[in-house]
Amino acid sequence: MSIGGILSRSIWVFHFASGPCNNCDIEILDALTPRFDLERFGIKLVGSIKHADCMLVTGMINVKGAPRLKYLYDMAPKPLAVVAVGGCACSKGIFKDSYYTRGPVDRIIPVDAYVPGCPPRPEAIIDGIVKVVKKLRSV
Amino acid sequence: MVLFYYVVFPGFLAVFVAGGIASWVERKLTARIQARVGPPFLQPFYDIKKLFIKEITIPEHSTRSIFMFSPVVAFAAVTVVSTIVGLNLINRAYGFNGDLIVCVYLLLIPSVCVVLGASASGNPLASLGASREIKLVLSYELAFWTSLAIPVLKTHQLKLASIMGFQAQNGAIASSLSGIIAFIVAIICMQAKLARVPFDIPEAETEISGGAYIEYSGPLLGFFKITQYMMLVILPLFLLEIFWGPVNSPVGILKYLLLLFIIIVLENTNPRLKIDQAVKFFWFGLFPLGVIGIILAMLGM
Ligand code: SF4
Repeated sequence: MSIGGILSRSIWVFHFASGPCNNCDIEILDALTPRFDLERFGIKLVGSIKHADCMLVTGMINVKGAPRLKYLYDMAPKPLAVVAVGGCACSKGIFKDSYYTRGPVDRIIPVDAYVPGCPPRPEAIIDGIVKVVKKLRSV
Repeated sequence: MVLFYYVVFPGFLAVFVAGGIASWVERKLTARIQARVGPPFLQPFYDIKKLFIKEITIPEHSTRSIFMFSPVVAFAAVTVVSTIVGLNLINRAYGFNGDLIVCVYLLLIPSVCVVLGASASGNPLASLGASREIKLVLSYELAFWTSLAIPVLKTHQLKLASIMGFQAQNGAIASSLSGIIAFIVAIICMQAKLARVPFDIPEAETEISGGAYIEYSGPLLGFFKITQYMMLVILPLFLLEIFWGPVNSPVGILKYLLLLFIIIVLENTNPRLKIDQAVKFFWFGLFPLGVIGIILAMLGM
């Protein structure tokens, strides 16, 4: 099996939140519940960026969060896929005119997949992960 | 031939494959208990393979050599134990005098390595995990040794093979009163040695995010994972050899599956203890129970 094939079968996800309204975070947890059960695809949530293969970013990135996001990205073991979840992370969303935003995510680190929605449904998050899987398989 | 024993059967490769399957059973059953579907059969092996193609990151403020060596040493120690325990299963002639004590010491090394590696990584959460791991080791090890003293008292042997031979003639140790007490104490200590819920205090995903393992990535984390898989097989087998022999028959596999089932059910029906609760539980709950078992064993019960 190719490197991408293996990577796509065991994706450990680290969740980074910086200034979300918290809805997106709850939808991400929803994707792990019995109804959707992402562990079927070998996806699990880990607590340390050092274990992660994929970073989910939610929220408009605020002034405090931006340098930390960059720092986490730099210290993660590569290859690492980045997914921007929610309207905020993709395009600042409702926080467009906020004085406190430094987002969206792709202004700070490269993003592999966008999941728009406010908040995106768990199906949409799974769809975003499928996009990442396809991208990994084609490596 | 010796190399074959260590690397292929019954050492590393056989136990690793069995451990991967056991780990899958654990994850699948857990998922079913939570009404989920659960991971595919090869998932543990995918995880390991993936970890071995990832990058190794070494923290800036770590002590490099200890950080790099401790996962490998943990892995090596478990490989040696599995060879000793496995060879005893195949043929009792392979044992040597005192291998029981050697095994218990070797089974302690992975915990020591976790503590060393975590302290060397220079991460505050990891050092919290290390301090908890040390306290946990101090608490369960006492109860574990008292439980192991009972079969030794009953058989007057320090050799795994002789203990198994004794059981083949006189019935399992666990069929006597003191034996069953020792077996129960040992099973609970095993849960702590495997760092499963309710004793997963050093890892505690939800509060100190992986704790002792937090700075490990790629192959180094992979070695720790392999160690955990192998421990999941070798520790129950070791207890079976001592308390509930003979194991080298198809019934032995059923006995192992029963122990695995007990581990999984305990894991899924308990909340995590706090470290002070765990220390109290082992020192003031299980240790006296073990001492009562020793007294009973001396009275010949
Ligand atoms: S995208 Fe919507 S739901 Fe998600 S964090 Fe932003 S405002 Fe909240």
